[in-house]
Amino acid sequence: MTDLIKLTAAEIAAKIASGEVTAVQVTEAHLARIEAVDEKVNAFLHVDREGALAQARAVDEKRARGEKLGPLAGVPLALKDIFTTKGIPTTVGSKILEGWIPPYDATLTRRLKEADVVILGKTNMDEFAMGSSTENSAYGPTGNPWDLTKIPGGSGGGSSAALASYEAPLAIGTDTGGSIRQPAAVTGTVGVKPTYGAVSRYGMVAFSSSLDQGGPCARTVLDAALLHEVIAGHDPLDSTSIDAPVPPVVEAARNGDVKGMRVGVVKQFRGEGYQAGVLQRFDESVELLKELGAEVIEVDCPSFDLALAAYYLIAPSECSSNLARFDAMRYGLRVGDDGTKSAEDVTALTREAGFGDEVKRRVILGTYALSSGYYDAYYGSAQKVRTLITRDFEKAFGEGGVDVLISPTTPTTAFPIGERADDPMAMYLADLCTIPTNLAGNAAMSLPCGLAPEDGMPVGLQIIAPAMADDRLYRVGAAVEAAFNARWGHALLEEAPVL
Amino acid sequence: MTVTELVSYEDALASYDPVMGLEVHVELGTKTKMFCGCSTELGAEPNSQTCPTCLGLPGSLPVVNAVGVESAVKIGLALHCEIAEWCRFARKNYFYPDMPKNFQTSQYDEPIAFNGYLDVQLEDGEVFRVEIERAHMEEDTGKSTHVGGATGRIHGASHSLLDYNRAGIPLIEIVTKPIEGAGERAPEVAKAYVAELRELIKALGVSEARMEQGQMRCDVNLSLRPNGTKEFGTRSETKNVNSLRSVERAARFEIQRHAAVLSSGGTIVQETRHFHEEDGSTTAGRIKDNAEDYRYFPEPDLVPVAPAREWVEELRKELPELPRVRRNRLREEWGVSEHDMQSILNAGAVDLIAATIDAGADAASARKWWMGELARRANEAGTDLAALEITPEQVARVCALVAEGSLNDKLARQVIEGVLAGEGDPDAVVAGRGLAVVSDEGALGTAVDEAIAANAGIADKIRSGKVAAAGALVGAVMKATRGQADAARVRELILEKLGVEG
Repeated sequence: MTDLIKLTAAEIAAKIASGEVTAVQVTEAHLARIEAVDEKVNAFLHVDREGALAQARAVDEKRARGEKLGPLAGVPLALKDIFTTKGIPTTVGSKILEGWIPPYDATLTRRLKEADVVILGKTNMDEFAMGSSTENSAYGPTGNPWDLTKIPGGSGGGSSAALASYEAPLAIGTDTGGSIRQPAAVTGTVGVKPTYGAVSRYGMVAFSSSLDQGGPCARTVLDAALLHEVIAGHDPLDSTSIDAPVPPVVEAARNGDVKGMRVGVVKQFRGEGYQAGVLQRFDESVELLKELGAEVIEVDCPSFDLALAAYYLIAPSECSSNLARFDAMRYGLRVGDDGTKSAEDVTALTREAGFGDEVKRRVILGTYALSSGYYDAYYGSAQKVRTLITRDFEKAFGEGGVDVLISPTTPTTAFPIGERADDPMAMYLADLCTIPTNLAGNAAMSLPCGLAPEDGMPVGLQIIAPAMADDRLYRVGAAVEAAFNARWGHALLEEAPVL
Repeated sequence: MTVTELVSYEDALASYDPVMGLEVHVELGTKTKMFCGCSTELGAEPNSQTCPTCLGLPGSLPVVNAVGVESAVKIGLALHCEIAEWCRFARKNYFYPDMPKNFQTSQYDEPIAFNGYLDVQLEDGEVFRVEIERAHMEEDTGKSTHVGGATGRIHGASHSLLDYNRAGIPLIEIVTKPIEGAGERAPEVAKAYVAELRELIKALGVSEARMEQGQMRCDVNLSLRPNGTKEFGTRSETKNVNSLRSVERAARFEIQRHAAVLSSGGTIVQETRHFHEEDGSTTAGRIKDNAEDYRYFPEPDLVPVAPAREWVEELRKELPELPRVRRNRLREEWGVSEHDMQSILNAGAVDLIAATIDAGADAASARKWWMGELARRANEAGTDLAALEITPEQVARVCALVAEGSLNDKLARQVIEGVLAGEGDPDAVVAGRGLAVVSDEGALGTAVDEAIAANAGIADKIRSGKVAAAGALVGAVMKATRGQADAARVRELILEKLGVEG
């Protein structure tokens, strides 16, 4: 059974397809693993044992009937608790949705089910995806499987921890400012933020609508690509969904190659605040790319210095509006409804009790930034910065002739739980390198590039591609992954302590 | 409720000049809601026409209804507006339990249509141009019913019921520029504008625009300024004035109330006001101070709306004849005065008369029946003309029966009564009630002979040339035939028999 949990998604799918193992066996192995370690890791908020086994049985029956199985049929997956699941709780890591059972499936949930992916349960996250450590979850922090006293990144720490602890071979994350990539970086896993609009947002509880993007999380580049292909594609229920074919990500992941590619190193992403070991591993990655035949050049993206500031106006502004619907009237928590209070009082008491500090901080910030008299100075200016950042990217990919950009995914490795909990600014810096991509709407991946010598924790390499060129991430990522694995003699995650 | 001392309308106008702004919300008659696929049918079980999107459930997203956009463009074009080449929806943020997302998806500084006008015709035929500021798309809210209080308002209620069937129904909000220069006719202009707008909306086929069903709702903003000054005064916003008559009354009341406040040295508070149908008064609602901040920003869940120019031009070509133009054309065709046409419009009879004429009646007869007998019956029944259980085709048939001499007016009224009573088509009623005119020349001749014999003196007068006296004999014959004779034919027979030229 231990073997089954160490397999990649591609391997599991092949074994199920060939009849070497059943989907039920695979699911049971992962449920047993969750049973064994999740008390320590706290990756899952809800495990859907019965539902998962039923899905697995359905796959086995399908195979028995001789029906063709999809490329991920029977492979277990950990779903971030931000996607609605019909009949299964969806909390978004918040008390305000405690006990809410959605009456509908998100488009992504539906696609997973249609692809016969087995949904094990819902993973922990920073409340409403606001955070970089999963400490802001109303249901307790998640531990980093490399060191349970450290954060697994955020907001999707539950999904990345589930992968790193072998509780699931696949996971889903959402990335508004780095919530897929930063957790992947600090847990030694792979995470992709696809181009904005590639994966439907229908049924994904909104934090910041113009930045939110769902994406695949996995332990290998190929697995991420296989999942990417399942969840991406046009959805008429999401107006911002891209109505164009999904780039050939799986083909790219199977054909990793950087020969003759122009790789840009973003000048702005180093310097003060960057951990020495992170920069060391990053520099080694640059050297590796050169060895693999890539041409590496430095690229100047001056507006990136403003990205964090712009992000912390746009995201809170949109969230202040998106979260207004949590008013105790129709679903979720209701506090103080004793027959004597007004609707307004009940709404206020519910929001007071149901939202955590970080959510309140951002709602207040966003409400302020959108207020008349401040709109132009804050929200308006931030949108202008957004345009400038987009132009920096366009310049690099256009006249700069760069195929992909690279940077460290995050300035530091995983920090101890509690260390930055009371220092929002320090926490926000974790997303310094990932935010520009969200603001511009293009695609990026994080994959492991080694351990930082000073703390032995994983370091992530970020690859950034133009919008709609998500396949480039996989082509470059697969080449880097193969080269590193060859150098190390195994996948990085093999070095993680046994839980 | 504080009693407001009013000044007389004449006194108010002697000192002050009213400036109005009218905001009209029209519920579009689309099959589905503005941002989801739920039905817009009225009268369904509460909350039976809802989905994750119009309930604002976490994760749900809006998708724009293309028919809603087309309707908005049509309205904009009919109002002579410019149509935006590119515009966005915006979120209007405020908390209210009947608003599922606690923001209304609307449009803010990028309306789909702007800078237009609507010419409205007043009772005496004068045309007044009302400038249009903008027309924009938005969604309706749900409906709150406050239970347990005396007034039906939230104040004093024990609890409230929420029905989200209406939430997300497409609305077009049409906003005028400040209406200046109407003077004492301001209330009349307000009414005429709303009436003309309603006709226009109906003619475009984008909504039935039934005010009594809330498909069209009007807010009347009004301020006064001393005569001869330019600067606008502080306005009041009278909300949900939902009949044509109420629009006029609300404007009139507010003119009198503002004048009373201003002339006694007071100041007008910028506030919303409720209109009361019972006595035509308004009372204070919410005070609109600067605390009201909707924090508008572009709706990130929707892509911009960019109506292609060719498409807009196609829609422009397909626009129906505008109601006022059509009315003027019909007025000339029918040969009626401005005043009579206004009455026909007010009675809601334009389309009915036109359809009756289309069914073969002559204009005078069609108008006579709809504006006479039928208008009287509608009035008695307290309904609209259009709601009467008689079709233009049936009225045309009555006209034809009269024209061919089978019916006289008196009998025709009975036929109409029969049709309205559900006795069938005019021919069926004639047969069923035995209402055909006595046209048997033999029977008529006998009746005429009898009348001449019984009224020898009058007959002599006629023979001596006093033809006018024939009326008395006609009356006698009509009486004898219990009204079932053709009076004109009777007269002819009398003159014939007495050897006199008619």
